Amino acid sequence: MDRLDELEAQSVFIFREAFARMKKLALLWSLGKDSNVMIWLARKAFFGHMPFPAMHVDTGKKFPEMYAFRDRYAAEWGLDLIVESCPPIDAVDPSLPPAARSAARKTEGLKLALAKHGFDGLIAGIRRDEEATRAKERVFSPRGLEGHWEVRDQPPEFWDHFNARLPVGAHLRVHPILHWTETDIWAYTRREGIPIIPLYLARNGKRYRSLGDADITFPVQSHARSIDEIIAELDTTRTPERAGRAMDHEAEDAFERLRVAGYL
Amino acid sequence: MNAHVAPQLNPPVATSRPLVRIVIVGHVDHGKSTLIGRLLSETGSLPDGKLELLKAVAIRRGMAFEWSFLLDALQTERDQGITIDTSQIRFRTPVRDFVLIDAPGHTEFLRNMITGASQADAALLLVDAAEGVREQTLRHAYLLHLLGIRQVAVVINKMDRVGYDDNRFREIDAEITAHLGGFGLRPAAVIPISARHGDGVVERSAAIEWYRGPTVIEALDGFAPAQPATALPLRLPVQAVYKFDDRRIVAGRIQSGQIAVGDEIAVAPSGKRAVVRSIEAWPANDIEPYEAGTGQSVGITLDRPLFIARGEVIARAERQAPSGRRLKARIFWLHDTPLAARTYVTVRIGTAEARGVVTAIANTLDPGDQSAANGDTLSQNHVGEVEITLSNPVAADLHADNPRTGRIVLDLGGHIAGGGLVLALDDDSRSESASMLAGEALVARAADLNRSLAVLNLTQRLVGIRGALDGSIVFTTSFGLEDQVILHHICEAGLDIDVVTLDTGRLFPETYTTWEETERRYGRRIRAIYPQHAALEELVAAQGINGFYQAKEARVACCDVRKVEPLKRALAGAKGWITGLRADQSADRGNLALATADRDRNLLKFNPLIDWSRQAAQDFAAAHDVPTNPLHQKGLLSIGCAPCTRAVRAGEPERAGRWWWEDSSKKECGLHVAAGMAR
Repeated sequence: MDRLDELEAQSVFIFREAFARMKKLALLWSLGKDSNVMIWLARKAFFGHMPFPAMHVDTGKKFPEMYAFRDRYAAEWGLDLIVESCPPIDAVDPSLPPAARSAARKTEGLKLALAKHGFDGLIAGIRRDEEATRAKERVFSPRGLEGHWEVRDQPPEFWDHFNARLPVGAHLRVHPILHWTETDIWAYTRREGIPIIPLYLARNGKRYRSLGDADITFPVQSHARSIDEIIAELDTTRTPERAGRAMDHEAEDAFERLRVAGYL
Repeated sequence: MNAHVAPQLNPPVATSRPLVRIVIVGHVDHGKSTLIGRLLSETGSLPDGKLELLKAVAIRRGMAFEWSFLLDALQTERDQGITIDTSQIRFRTPVRDFVLIDAPGHTEFLRNMITGASQADAALLLVDAAEGVREQTLRHAYLLHLLGIRQVAVVINKMDRVGYDDNRFREIDAEITAHLGGFGLRPAAVIPISARHGDGVVERSAAIEWYRGPTVIEALDGFAPAQPATALPLRLPVQAVYKFDDRRIVAGRIQSGQIAVGDEIAVAPSGKRAVVRSIEAWPANDIEPYEAGTGQSVGITLDRPLFIARGEVIARAERQAPSGRRLKARIFWLHDTPLAARTYVTVRIGTAEARGVVTAIANTLDPGDQSAANGDTLSQNHVGEVEITLSNPVAADLHADNPRTGRIVLDLGGHIAGGGLVLALDDDSRSESASMLAGEALVARAADLNRSLAVLNLTQRLVGIRGALDGSIVFTTSFGLEDQVILHHICEAGLDIDVVTLDTGRLFPETYTTWEETERRYGRRIRAIYPQHAALEELVAAQGINGFYQAKEARVACCDVRKVEPLKRALAGAKGWITGLRADQSADRGNLALATADRDRNLLKFNPLIDWSRQAAQDFAAAHDVPTNPLHQKGLLSIGCAPCTRAVRAGEPERAGRWWWEDSSKKECGLHVAAGMAR
């Protein structure tokens, strides 16, 4: 097995554990490269089927290309698509810096969606190499009643044994691609022929490395016009992946606060 | 919009280098995070602006810059200058990609150290040259050994603090090397460094010119990714059986060995055998996969519809996985409640889970100071040999035979609380603790079967029940509509299920006619059980031939002699009991389940028609020429003994015609109430 085979085998194992242990799962589909790889892996795990819904918690501010992608591939891949919208900005903690506050709408939207559908497991496409608090995550990460992450008291997790028993009303985040890197995602996308949103490819010297809300996400300098060129660029770049995501950089602990409150 | 990008060949260089996961362990403040910071910065692995950002943060907070800020991502960690949780960060050398796993050195966060270290292929064990070997040095070293990490380099840090003294280095080298040797670990190198000043990390240093061995980077480049257990016999723990389409796919991840189409496999613990028909994959390729190896997540189909449950282990028929109900394991305990004898735990081995009770604890040890600990309990962060009796047999290997499938995890109250290595396994089902657990196991089994059978149709349910149980299964019939529908399915499917009826001696003539007609229709004799003549003679002498009308107690006594006691004989030795109960027959039966644990009779009781309506049963019988009791046409819906059954009027509940002179809330003879339902 090469490295991509190993990554895939581990992710498939995680998907199957989640499906065996949780009663009501949903996969959080942000429409980005990572969650598209996740959907692909889920279909590998379940032999072409995805036996739980894909949920898009929609801020209403995504790029038009992202909505077009969602509608096309939800149909093409036969997904059980749930779209839930986020509450307006007034509903969000006003002490957060502006972009983080805007991003936190998604946390509120998630809470509402959880309450509405009663999911006990949410599958999310975060990776350790994206960001330092995500590097401390568990594969099965328990969340409290309000969706809170008890970051100072995470349960032990070893030898592919995951904690899956929860108090009533709490939920579990499942992270099947926690161990992947940005380069892994692109190499796998290329190998498997997974479709991508063209915003990731450079036009006029700029491309998006990470996609979020159109008003708080910015492109980076790049000449990578194919996946091969993206992989080559990542081999040498020292710009962090989320450099173009404004909410990560407003204050030292802005992103940690977002995540503790239930952000992805 | 055409977003689709065609697949391309040639794997990119970026994912073809070997990837090695390294955990950095050692006592608190011996410099783990500083070493990681030094490695990242000297290999050019830090993102642009990261160092400047952390320096600015330090100035703003009035603190000296610490390399540990890189991994201590949490505000509390930086505030307190302590690593709470494990973290991972990437870096690379020209020949390798590395995941560096930072593990907290504080004893309070040992569970997080284990979470991190369990993912590693190799370890760097840090020792402060000035402080020397300390409690967590020893504890971490021991845990590396228990976690199965064989590649270890010792790094003696802060050499600047001892004036780069080679005698001090040799002293610590000798101490730690002897300690590791005590459990069979030989360090790949013992390296003197100063992480703060960079000596010996990436570059050699004039200050340590007396040292001839590798730098930290050179030692790291000498580590290999953990080798998959390809040479060991096949072990495929079953995660699930999927039936999304017409394929019945058994899914799991191969822990060791290989599997190929045409292999004869044996499932443990059940011992069932089959032949691998296919290895399934998505998306389907032109060439179907023929074999699969260690580490792969696979799905296979078999040549026969075996009932296989999550937790069972598939092996090649000639190298079956051992299984047992008693095991001994060397356990490290993480829970703040000490583990004591008679504690109930959930044991997890591979994908299997079983309830277990601790029967003995011995040879406990505090690996932090190597002292023998309190003998009969296992305290937090201590290690000991624990004997556990399980509610049902579980497949496992001894750790000495298979390091992957010889690992065990203990779960206390829903939380992972410990783990360890299987030292011994045997099958002793006679012990006292085994019988204590039998009832609990039955309940768990019923709950599992309840889930797996619910989605099936009646034939599949009956086939599934037969496949799930070893030993005899009894179907009791009174020739009512529901019983006849079940009997029809049993006969059509040719299932090895014992069909029994209880002849109370007071049945309707029409029931005997139906009995005879049924035997003729399906060409089989139905086993009849009769009351004990002595007990019956005594009953009639005491209450008269129709004494049951006089009082409920008299009626119950009659039911006992004519039905309940004979049923006991009918079910003697059986592992399963099938009945025709439906949930909507009466209020009392509304909380029935498809599969329930009958703890008194120590068997599983199945009500496969539970979710059928009377109409559905009627329609089925009519469509398939199933003989039915003509009394049903006359308004007798539930038919028992003649004196105790009357017709039901329009609008009355189905069982209103049984013992109609008694209180209407409880209409049971005692056959189905004594049977405890699954909790």
